[in-house]
Amino acid sequence: MSRFEYAPAPESRAIVDIKSSYGLFVNGQFVEATDGKPFKTVSPASEEVLAEVSEAGPADVDKAVRAARKAFDKVWGPMSGKDRAKYLFRIARLIQERSRELAVLESLDNGKPIRESRDVDIPLVAAHFFYYAGWADKLEYAGVGDDPQPWGVAGQVIPWNFPMLMLAWKIAPALAAGNTVVLKPAETTPLTALAFAEICQQADLPPGVVNIVTGAGRTGQALVEHPDVDKVAFTGSTDVGRATAKSVAGTRKAVTLELGGKAANIVFEDAPIDQTIEGIVNGIFFNQGHVCCAGSRLLVQESVYDEVLARLKRRMGTLRVGDPLDKNTDIGAINSAAQLAKIRELSQIGEDEGAERWSPECELPANGYWFPPTVFTGVSQAHRIAREEIFGPVLSVLTFRTPAEAVEKANNTPFGLSAGIWTEKGSRILWMANQLRAGVVWANTFNRFDPTSPFGGYKESGYGREGGRHGLEAYLAH
Amino acid sequence: MTTLDSGVDSLADVTSSEDRLRRFLLGLPGVDQVGAEARAATLGTRSIKTSAKQYALDLAIQMIDLTTLEGQDTPGKVRALCAKAKRPDPADPTAPQVAAVCVYPDLVATAKRELQGTGINVASVATAFPSGRSSLAIKIQDTKDAVASGADEVDMVIDRGAFLSGRYAMVFDEIAAIREAAGDAHLKVILETGELVTYDNVRRASWLAMLAGADFIKTSTGKVSPAATLPVTLVMLEAVRDYHEATGLHIGVKPAGGIRTAKDAIKYLVTVNETAGPDWLDPELFRFGASSLLNDLLMQRTKLATGHYPGPDYFTLD
Repeated sequence: MSRFEYAPAPESRAIVDIKSSYGLFVNGQFVEATDGKPFKTVSPASEEVLAEVSEAGPADVDKAVRAARKAFDKVWGPMSGKDRAKYLFRIARLIQERSRELAVLESLDNGKPIRESRDVDIPLVAAHFFYYAGWADKLEYAGVGDDPQPWGVAGQVIPWNFPMLMLAWKIAPALAAGNTVVLKPAETTPLTALAFAEICQQADLPPGVVNIVTGAGRTGQALVEHPDVDKVAFTGSTDVGRATAKSVAGTRKAVTLELGGKAANIVFEDAPIDQTIEGIVNGIFFNQGHVCCAGSRLLVQESVYDEVLARLKRRMGTLRVGDPLDKNTDIGAINSAAQLAKIRELSQIGEDEGAERWSPECELPANGYWFPPTVFTGVSQAHRIAREEIFGPVLSVLTFRTPAEAVEKANNTPFGLSAGIWTEKGSRILWMANQLRAGVVWANTFNRFDPTSPFGGYKESGYGREGGRHGLEAYLAH
Repeated sequence: MTTLDSGVDSLADVTSSEDRLRRFLLGLPGVDQVGAEARAATLGTRSIKTSAKQYALDLAIQMIDLTTLEGQDTPGKVRALCAKAKRPDPADPTAPQVAAVCVYPDLVATAKRELQGTGINVASVATAFPSGRSSLAIKIQDTKDAVASGADEVDMVIDRGAFLSGRYAMVFDEIAAIREAAGDAHLKVILETGELVTYDNVRRASWLAMLAGADFIKTSTGKVSPAATLPVTLVMLEAVRDYHEATGLHIGVKPAGGIRTAKDAIKYLVTVNETAGPDWLDPELFRFGASSLLNDLLMQRTKLATGHYPGPDYFTLD
């Protein structure tokens, strides 16, 4: 070898034991679905079938909601906060103990690089359970009244981009607040939720406190429309979020929605350039861009546009695209054929509308769903790739001249989930953060998450907050 | 951030007056501490296995400046170190030689005799190493002595006091004077980043040294803690990369002090590879200032070849 080429460094699959088929997790047991057809979940990196999973029909969802209601009435509702905390701490520790297995499983089923599932997703999952475990016996100090009470049964529907992390964002605060849950993972990524069901068994969590019903849109609809669900929490696309809001309108159900985004990542001429480039890369290529708060619109001050673009392209040339289980992979597989088709379609529209498309040279594997890291320049506010959520590794670059113009462009979107500001000037960061209509504003960093920090959107990015003390509010009647 | 672009054509002008030099250095893009450390940490998670590891271990050995800089150094100790430099692994003649042996000026002649005809360079610290607290005349003389004794490379220290009080021109002039005194010898400029503390200072000092004629920029003397760290080296690699882009010149980087394990050395090579680029994966452009690192590299090398770890006693102390 005459060059420093990284040899394959695959994480072993031997640590995970995937069953050939899975039932639904209802009332503490894995049970067969009664009115749905089984479906297959594949590894998006190879299209290999990983397991067959049950589809829950309305009757199955009903059983799960009944189990959750019974557990709420008899066990979990009456239980002291201190005792609920014990279960949550136990779950958090089990997640840590099984972290390597969960990381491998997540990367297999979702396609995300093991570096991310190992270093970001799973540690954050455990951190969320630890954090909310601490709240369980202190709810009266959460700032939502002297005697906050749980809603009852929470129906939760989560997306495929961070399967286990979204599960933690939903289940940990719900249980800490004293609710019981029925959760539906996304149809393309059910395996870590089913592993979590095993962890609930391992933790001796009382039956019915957590129920997992797998399936697609029909299952989710049955869950959010079930009359005995008190609280609906949904994370996913704005279209499905809108439908969810419609279906619970006029009912007594409380609802929180965390939907799409088209975040502006704003680079000023005095930005710390090398870290800014890392932040741009992390903002859009983290998790293949399957991130609702991804920095998909790069707004660069015109005076430094050439330099930023040249450096960004050079950096993109070092990104390693490939096997998600290889520890040196930076960008893994697109989660599904459908998502790949959507990314391709919108990228084609970008080209057709006159934006200039660029990707570094990279060899993509023959099987599976892959899309190279891509940047579009010459994009204007009117282009569809500047307005619609692509949810893939595709960055649209726009320019601005003054801070006021940056704010105007950043806010000129129906979304409002997140934004990033890159400048060495502290006063400008504070001014910008006040002007930006986005739930999360990162300064000189991007895509940083912490269980203590609230997360959520403005406008069509949804309502309600998850994480932190604010995240508890969504699960407490007050 | 604008400075780099607009500075490219006029890099010579930058050093034409104290005021311009100062404005240039203060106008360099800032370094965000959290971001730089996060980037270094991510690079540190690369997993280098099998053939890549083999390549990296051998390369790291060839990049070592095998160093002894102690008050208790004697000609005997230096001769022993030279023997090790020539044949690092007594049990395995395929182990490559190191790049250089680094000693105090008074021991240069001894090292030179031992290394004659081997291709291994003799590097000498100079300029009132490690503090640099002496007059320029003495620093120049110190350098000339080292070169006259046969040093192929001179490792000088900058005046950190002058740098921290903003007297950039004084630091510049001193480096330029030593550059001249060193003649044909390769000049490595030690920034002593442990005393500069901030990454902004590291970037400015890197540019200052390169503008003044350094062939290499080096992190530390090894006498101040912290010595070399991965994020500091990352910032310096970014500086040489940007300097190359502006001038076409390749400047080397040498982290020194505190790198003791093969695992750490490989993290540095990954950082070189993904920051300055593969061009810098060459002993001409990247060195490790180290002593105990060599034995760990040799031990890992043997492990890779034979499948088991030999005990530490199979490797020589020096």
